[in-house]
Amino acid sequence: MKRLLQSVLLAAACILLLGASDFNARFNELGHKMMCKCGCNQVLLECNHVNCTYSDRMRDELTAALQRGDSDDLILQGFVQKYGATVLAAPTTTGFNRIAWIMPFAALGAGLLAVVYVVRRWKARQPAVAAASAGEAAPAGFDEYRQRARQETEL
Amino acid sequence: MPAFGSYSLLLSLALSVYCFGVGALVLLRPRMAHAERLGETARRAGMGIFLALTCAMLALIAACFQNDFSVAYIFHHSNKDLSPAYKFSVLWSGQEGSLLFWAWLLSAYGLVLRWRHKVDTRLVAYAGMIVAAVQVFFALLINLAANPFAMMVGNIPPDGNGLNPLLQYPEMVIHPPMLYLGYVGFTIPFAFALGALIMKYPGEKWIHITRRWTMVTWLFLSCGISLGAHWAYSVLGWGGYWGWDPVENASFLPWLTGTAFLHSVMMQEKRGMMKMWNMWLIFSTFLLAIFGTFLTRSGVVSSVHAFAQSSIGPWFSTFLALSFAVCMVAFVANRKHLKSENKLESLVSRESSFLFNNLVLLAACFTVLWGTLFPVLSEWVQGTKVTVGPPFFNRVMVPITLFLLLLTAMGPLLAWRSTSWESIKRNFTIPAALAVATAILLVALGWKPWEKMSQFYSLMAISLAVLVMATVSSEFLRGARVIAEKTGHNLFASMVQLTRRNTRRYGGYIVHIGIVIAIVGFAGSAFNTDSEKELGPGDSMTIGGYTLVLDSNTQDDNPNYASESAIVNVFQDGKKIDTMYPERRFFKASQQTATIVANRSTLKEDLYLVYTGNSENGRPILKAHINPLVMWFWIGVWVLIAGTGIALVPNAAALSLRQPSRVQAAAVEAGD
Repeated sequence: MKRLLQSVLLAAACILLLGASDFNARFNELGHKMMCKCGCNQVLLECNHVNCTYSDRMRDELTAALQRGDSDDLILQGFVQKYGATVLAAPTTTGFNRIAWIMPFAALGAGLLAVVYVVRRWKARQPAVAAASAGEAAPAGFDEYRQRARQETEL
Repeated sequence: MPAFGSYSLLLSLALSVYCFGVGALVLLRPRMAHAERLGETARRAGMGIFLALTCAMLALIAACFQNDFSVAYIFHHSNKDLSPAYKFSVLWSGQEGSLLFWAWLLSAYGLVLRWRHKVDTRLVAYAGMIVAAVQVFFALLINLAANPFAMMVGNIPPDGNGLNPLLQYPEMVIHPPMLYLGYVGFTIPFAFALGALIMKYPGEKWIHITRRWTMVTWLFLSCGISLGAHWAYSVLGWGGYWGWDPVENASFLPWLTGTAFLHSVMMQEKRGMMKMWNMWLIFSTFLLAIFGTFLTRSGVVSSVHAFAQSSIGPWFSTFLALSFAVCMVAFVANRKHLKSENKLESLVSRESSFLFNNLVLLAACFTVLWGTLFPVLSEWVQGTKVTVGPPFFNRVMVPITLFLLLLTAMGPLLAWRSTSWESIKRNFTIPAALAVATAILLVALGWKPWEKMSQFYSLMAISLAVLVMATVSSEFLRGARVIAEKTGHNLFASMVQLTRRNTRRYGGYIVHIGIVIAIVGFAGSAFNTDSEKELGPGDSMTIGGYTLVLDSNTQDDNPNYASESAIVNVFQDGKKIDTMYPERRFFKASQQTATIVANRSTLKEDLYLVYTGNSENGRPILKAHINPLVMWFWIGVWVLIAGTGIALVPNAAALSLRQPSRVQAAAVEAGD
């Protein structure tokens, strides 16, 4: 019985500790998803302005919301309602804001496709040009080729 | 003194207009009477701008040292008790002074350009005319819109408002000049490129002339950005050195395009390719440098660094539009001149690796620009502003950077024109195996990339960093072995020889190593931790493996500021290892407070202490951060500087083979 009680207490302590760790992790994660509204342009948990009138209050509000057991989405919505959309440190992934996330990768992807396309087109044209120039180049001797190889390969 | 400065500014405007006007006239009508003499007067007027602006700058510095608060700029940015070193930095601490400083730097670059005109008289005349046009813009600005010698209205105040406390830090004395040297310096390669395009200059000589200009400018910009990062780390006290702030982004944009230009210009030199691309890269770099200034001065975006905002935005946007129009017209009119002499032959070649590298750098540049401007776009489209902060940039830029690292690793292994898969497999197997082994080792050491995205990215960054190091090292080793076989020197001496024979190539590889080391330092941020506590004397807090015990807190007072320091003893494994002094200062003239961080930096991690303030009962509140691997970031910057320095040194004469002497020596030994 004593052993059982010890086990239960140990399990409860573990759950409590896990809960504390979960609380800290969520506080840290959510606090890094929001900006301080004092005008310092810094992430909420990184605002260290002396006598900042916002960050302490906002952190307390975040702590209170976490203690109430609010979900992450609800907490963020609550902050947006109170402080406006600029309180979020990054655009949401809905509506027009989704474009913010898509564009960089779309630009990179389009660029990569364009490069592959251009190189393949050039490559397809190459044999005819190479065949035409091969006959002219043969008698020129090796010095010219050495010079060209040096020019083209030594950075 | 202010009157002398004002007249000097006017003289600089007159000389700039003359240099540009007469320079352009002579180039447009080269057969007009006395064209050569007139051209020479324009060149000398261009050199005179430097003298005039030096006088203006010295007048402003003198006014600052004389505490002449009749000058509005001195009143707003200085005070009697400001230390002499910071009185110099007053010059670039505000709008008007920094624009004067910018104009002066441009005139200094112009002076060197015109001094060395014999390198190619006609091309330099074109480039000089373009530099003069930019100079006219800045001269107009400092004479009409942001005059540093504007006088105070009414009574002269007994003391000034003082310098912004955040700027009263040693790095701030050198960070802005470095950054400006970088920004302004790109005007020179831009002027040469545009000049070469306008005059349809044959060959790649303009690239040879501007190679060192571009590298030196890039180095200045790199140093400026790094110093800014170090300043942010030491003064802003939020625990990091790069916060994706619009001002930081503004300096990063021309750095990215400048880096792309430094790579792709080699394609033009070696194979006569990518001429249009290079032209637009250097145009973009110049335009982005101006755009960055526009961003930070106009108030379009809000920033923690914006020390000098005003209404000069329209000046910059007009100049930007005008410059873009000139570039576009010159390009459209002369684009046939920029036809490539060769085409890419294979997707798997050194050329295409340069192309992909350029593409990724430009994608990174676009991403930073996009993120910086998205709040403005959002407000325009949706009517509501959004914030685009570090979470966005970290999530988007990290994958792009990892892709760039992969390309950096592959580049040296690819041959020009075309590379066989067998060759790639042969050269890539060992580096790839090392990278995979690193990833496995990190997981074995306790990293859990499956739990947090940031840890996954860190693991990838470090593994790819090993891949780059391995491929670059294999390049050094391959070349050094050949030299060692021929000369009999040891491997290290052969590597030195190899580097001296082709400083640009191997200096470039060292720069890559520097970047990779810096990225390793950046990767450590995934494991940052922090803790905040109110401490009384004898109280302690624990973070990481450290126990911090507050010994006491002291106060000090000098004419410029009053300060409070916490004396914190640092213990590790029960042993005292250090004493740290985080500080906060109250600047009397500006009535503002700033923090001075105490940092204990080791190769493993930084213990970073901030005195955030006092509690209601007067006890200090300390915030402690453990920031792993940060020192590697600064080491990476030093390696980058060393690599660029090596790349700037001219190649040593081709190594004379000493094979015969070795044979003789062997014969003598055998004879003995």
